[in-house]
Amino acid sequence: MTSSDTVRQQVLVLYLDTSALDSPVVGWARYDGTGASRPTTGDADEPPYETGVAALRDGWRLFQAAQLIPPYPGAEHETSFLKHEFFFERLVTV
Amino acid sequence: MAHGFLRLDGVVPRELNEEAPGVFAAGLPSVPYGTAVPKAFPEGSFARRLVELPSVAGALESLVGPDPTVDHHFVHTRQPREGSAQPLHADALIDLRTDAFDVQLMYYPQEVTADMGGTLIVPGSHLRRTNESDTGRYQNLRGQTRLTCPAGTVVLLHHGIWHGGRRNDSDTVRHMYKIRFNPTVPQIRLWDTTDLHDLAVREELGRTFPWYETATGRLEIHNRIRLWRALSADPDFDIEYWATRISNRPAQRSHA
Repeated sequence: MTSSDTVRQQVLVLYLDTSALDSPVVGWARYDGTGASRPTTGDADEPPYETGVAALRDGWRLFQAAQLIPPYPGAEHETSFLKHEFFFERLVTV
Repeated sequence: MAHGFLRLDGVVPRELNEEAPGVFAAGLPSVPYGTAVPKAFPEGSFARRLVELPSVAGALESLVGPDPTVDHHFVHTRQPREGSAQPLHADALIDLRTDAFDVQLMYYPQEVTADMGGTLIVPGSHLRRTNESDTGRYQNLRGQTRLTCPAGTVVLLHHGIWHGGRRNDSDTVRHMYKIRFNPTVPQIRLWDTTDLHDLAVREELGRTFPWYETATGRLEIHNRIRLWRALSADPDFDIEYWATRISNRPAQRSHA
């Protein structure tokens, strides 16, 4: 077995108040490739971090940020999905 | 209007709550879509007695009006230690109506404790245009409501509210009986409107929720204004001048 066989990905998704990475967390999700935990919908009322930068400081690596996309013409006032979505990962040796 | 749901804690009497498990186990009678309440739920039936409780009937009539039809009804069951939650979703299809809404009644015949996986409800999510479980990626949102309640609680919800059955980590089966109602009359001033112009009404309609992004929260208030104008038959209603300001187009005014 090589060392890569024992590395698993943990994913943290943070939804922030604005498009700035240091703005407050308004929503979150976690996925655990190690199988050590089973995060699911509605499992906590308090976020794991207060801001996106706080997650960086704790060792999470940002790998995707939502683009800033202009509203569709004619639908500028409609609300839909959360806009400021940031994906982080942490590689864990199991 | 702002929250998108109304809680009526413990309003169903004990006798009905105790009868519920047997009724659910026997299976609910089939109701064709769009059946009037008296035909869907015959006199004396469990569902009829539930919806005719004064507090339930009053709230329903205020929201959906007299003589609604039953869209469908269903008993949702969360098994003990079942392992996962429902993804966050809105029922049915993405719904574009801005001047009408369906009401979903959720009835909890037993006490729901924190580990029994009571329904997750996201306050203020009902005007978002998302389709069914496309919101499944959102596990938790600040200010969400993880329902715990006494036996006999009824929650009435706007059809668009984001919700989901949470994971049941207890050893107890949890039931929730849901009935969706469709209005048959325009939903205009159906409730007690004696306090329509109170400051508290405006404050409630202008509230934000902790999960709203600041900018999008303003749009939520704008969209609430749009709905309130329809429901209250007041085309000039506004909050903080949001709607009036952006519809002011002097060049289009008549100069005749």
